[in-house]
Order: sequence, then C-alpha cells, then structure tokens
Amino acid sequence: MRSTLSGFGQGLVRLGRGRNDVVLLHADMAGSEIVTPFASLFPERTINCGASEQDMVTTAAGLALDGKKPVAVAPSAFLTARSFDQVRTCLAIPDLGAVLVGTHSGLSAGEDGAVHQMNQDVALMRILPGISILVPSDFDSSSAMAMLALEHPGPVYVRLGRDEVPDTGPFDETEMRIGGGRLLVEGDGVTLCACGIMVHEALKAARILSQQGINAEVIDCFCLKPLPSRLILSSLRRTGCCVVAEEHNTIGGLGEAVAALSASENPVPVRSVAVSDRYGQSGTPLELQEYYGLTFREIVGESAQVWSMRRR
Amino acid sequence: MKASQRRELERTALEVRKDIVRMTGVSRAGHLDSSLSVVDILVYLYWKVLKIRPDEPLWPERDRLVFSKDNASPALYAVLARRGFFEREELWNYRRLGAMLQGRPEHARTPGVDAPGGSRGMAIGIAKGLLLSSRMDGNDRRVFCVIGSEELQEGSLWESVLRASILGFEGLTVVVDSSAPPSAPALTPGKGASERKRFETLGWRVMEADGHNFDHLERALSRAHSDPGGIPRVILARTIPGKGVSSAEKGSLEKPGRLLDRNGMEQALRELELASGEMEEGVKP
Repeated sequence: MRSTLSGFGQGLVRLGRGRNDVVLLHADMAGSEIVTPFASLFPERTINCGASEQDMVTTAAGLALDGKKPVAVAPSAFLTARSFDQVRTCLAIPDLGAVLVGTHSGLSAGEDGAVHQMNQDVALMRILPGISILVPSDFDSSSAMAMLALEHPGPVYVRLGRDEVPDTGPFDETEMRIGGGRLLVEGDGVTLCACGIMVHEALKAARILSQQGINAEVIDCFCLKPLPSRLILSSLRRTGCCVVAEEHNTIGGLGEAVAALSASENPVPVRSVAVSDRYGQSGTPLELQEYYGLTFREIVGESAQVWSMRRR
Repeated sequence: MKASQRRELERTALEVRKDIVRMTGVSRAGHLDSSLSVVDILVYLYWKVLKIRPDEPLWPERDRLVFSKDNASPALYAVLARRGFFEREELWNYRRLGAMLQGRPEHARTPGVDAPGGSRGMAIGIAKGLLLSSRMDGNDRRVFCVIGSEELQEGSLWESVLRASILGFEGLTVVVDSSAPPSAPALTPGKGASERKRFETLGWRVMEADGHNFDHLERALSRAHSDPGGIPRVILARTIPGKGVSSAEKGSLEKPGRLLDRNGMEQALRELELASGEMEEGVKP
C-alpha cells in the first residue's frame, strides 16, 4: 500500500536524473512525499513559491516559454480553482508544456473538510481545451505517469491522492500513454469505468458481480482527457451497459465524459457512482467514502440496474 | 542623450503613433488612449535597451519583454512592425479573423511577442519564470515587463512582486505605464507615494520618470541596470493617455471603444504629420 503522491514523487526523481530541464515548483509543500525526494537531490531545480499558487502558475509559464519543463505542485483545491485564470491564460491558451500536479484531491483531504475536499477539479480542467488529465490509481502507474506528463508537449493536469492505495497490478508500457486506459478485468456483462481510488472499488465490485453471474469488465480510465474512447467503446459493444465510478462530483467528471461518448457513438445505459453534487464535511477518507456513497456496494447496485436495462 | 538621438526616437514615436491611429481606425477596435500613452516607453526599450534580433525573433540570447498592459496591444504591434519583426501590412488586419495580430498578444502567432498577454496582473510572474530559466542556464539575460497602472489593483500581481524580491531577482525591470489625464495625474503625491511605498515595502527599488521624456527614461533605465544586484526594479512612468493626439488627450474619445470617428482619425493624423513637420523644421539650421 503506497500513495499515488509518493509514486509521482519517485517518477520525478527518475526524470530529474535523466534530464536537467525538469523544474519542480511547489506552493510551500516542502516535506511532502512528492517534493522531498526531488528537492533533496536537485535543490537548484526546486523552487518553493510559497502559498502563492497564482504566481506559481505564471512562473511555470515563464519557465515553459523558455523551454524548461515545469512541474507545479499544490493542493488541487487551490491549484485548479484559485489559479484557474492563470492556468487558462498562461498555460492552456498558449498550449505550453507544463505539468500541474493537484495533491490531496477528492476525499483524501478528509478531516480538513469541505473546502479542501476538491471534487470539482477535473471539471474545471476538462473544460479547458488542450489540457490533458491524468488520474493514477496506484503507486507504479503514478510513477510512470510522471514521464508521460513530462514528455507531453502541452499542459497536463495530474490528480493525486494522499492516501495509500493497493497496487492495481502490472501494466503494459503501451497502455501508458496520453489518451490511454488499462483493461484490468475482461468481461461481457457490464463495463466498469473508474479512475483513482475508485478503480479498487470497481475491482472489488467485479468480484462480487461475478459471484452473481455478471462478468464485469473493468477499465482504469487513468487518462480522463483525451478519453480512451476506443477501449471504452469496444467494451460497451460487448457489454451493452456501463457504470462509471469516480471520486469527483457527478457533474463534469469521468461519468459525464463516458456518458457523452456513449450517447454519441453507442447509446447504452450509463450510471454514475460519484459525489452527487454536494459538499462534504470533516471525516476520515474511509468514512467519507461511505458518506458520499463511493464504495463497491454502490457500484454493484448500479451495475445490477444497468445490466437489467441493457438491450439484448 | 545626444540631441540627434533624441530626435530620432521622437521621429520613430511619431510614426508609431500614426500607425496606432490608423490601425485602431481601420479595425474600429483597440483603445487609442491607452495605446498612445505607452508608445514612448516601448520605443525607448525597443530601440535603445533590448538586446534583440528582429530577423531572428527566437534568438535564444535575446532579452525578453513581457507586455501586459490591457487594451494597448496596438502600441506593441506598431512598435514590433516598425522595428522589423514583421511586415507593416499586418497592422491593418489587427483583430480580424485569422489575423497574426490578435486582440491580446499571443507569442505563438506573432514574431517578437515573448509571452502571452491579455489577463491583467500576470506579467511579473511570467517574467520570474523566464529569469529563473536563464539563471539555471547560467546566462545573464534581462527581462522587462511593461504593465499598466490599473494592473496594480490585481491581487495576483502582488504575489509576484513579493516572490520576486524574496528570490532576489537581478535583471528584472518592470515599467509601469501610470497614465491619467493631465488634470488628474496618476502619480499625484498621495497616490504615487503609495505606489512607491508598496513596492519599496516589498523590497523593490523604485524609480520615477516622465514616460514621455526619453532623457528621463534613459536615466531611469540605465540606473536600473547599474544598480548592485539582488533587487528587482520598478520604474513608475507618468504618462498621459492619448498622448500626441489632442482629442484623445482631452478624454473626448467615443466610449466604450475609445475610438476616433473618421473625421477625428484624419484630424489626428494631420496633427501628428504637423508635429513631424515641425520637428523637421526644427532640425534645419
């Protein structure tokens, strides 16, 4: 059990060794699992921007304009919402190669409460043309995504959680691409699309569903934009129904993206297991998962619903 | 500054002003008054200060200029065209669909534009990134920002002002185009003092200059660079909106476009022609 935060930190160190154009900027996060490893090896390429997220994003733009590869790290609540104008104006519209890393996203802010539990960040980033969005589900894929994000020519938003998660399993290097997804379990009963911590819930749900005679196909949609459309559509063709699980508001996230894809290419019943357009409260991340209804149980329930609705 | 040099700059500035009147007249867009106020600052920087190669806009060793004065892109474009970064013909397509010259500067579209502009208060942050990058590469590039005084109201700008002094930036010079009608100068003692104080409190070196006087600009900018290191500098340049075109200076432009009508445009061009003529007269022995 390791966090995606530390996985990305490990990936950054590997990249930092290989190329000297990688610059880490952070909003007063010295000591964080993502910052410390890189900062201790490459202090000259680590910049603490203080709690000035807007300035950090414009500074990243300046570095990118001069050919550097800035990686800007801040809690997702502030990086995407407070600095939204800077991200849009200075990175997205000019299509600059910079990596924005949102930490403590979703429920992992736990006890900090509603303000810090950022369940709107994907929506904010998704509406900006040109930004790619990555949401790793485990340590190893998060580490690999550091490379993926760095090598992409345009801006990338990476959403990381603070909590330790199980390993999702080995992945094929060819799956690790912008616009990619991982087919974790094959099945023809129902398609389960998930990202981040919800991948593990989807895997649990798939085990229960198989006991009930429904073979779920599980896709780790780690790239939310561009969506792994082919992988999803070919699955929908086989299963004819879909449940999408994400640690994000129902509005603007993976659920809507998959539903829109299905509606235009292959209409099938699609249900969403997500935060139902509300704010949270303080609690441990696990308690909050129950509170918001983001567990395998909801996925199993919705799967049974769409399975019965599918056309035969 | 030698009188001949000054005259040359003044002549250039007049030509730039004519182009601004023409391009805002043709496109019926872009703010004439805030474009005219910043002309002399840009002319001085582009002809006397910046290390640039117009025929090689992406020359890696060049100094950078981040321009974020809102509504004043005609001034930047007219200067870049006259400095030789692109054909002057492009000016007449300003703001048209598909044009090289967008309403707000875009570095990927326009040779000579170093950074994206268009949203207030972001220039100093971008400049910081450009300087950090050159520091890492071990070169001594300088970065200049030209911003409008209205940007001093943006909170995000002050984040960057503070961070720039914490990082101890040498080689960063910000010129604030502090324009206000002559009747209400932007830098009245009270207000100017508070602008000065705000920058000084945050660790900046502050200079003031008449933004239409090339000797003043020379003094301020050369002092900015002879200063011993580690301190970012700001020049508060007093300017007059609409400078050079009397109807614009009087603030009688048609709002909200702040434009001249056809007659007004012809009159403004005549006025600027007359000024050029008088200058030539003055040169004769």
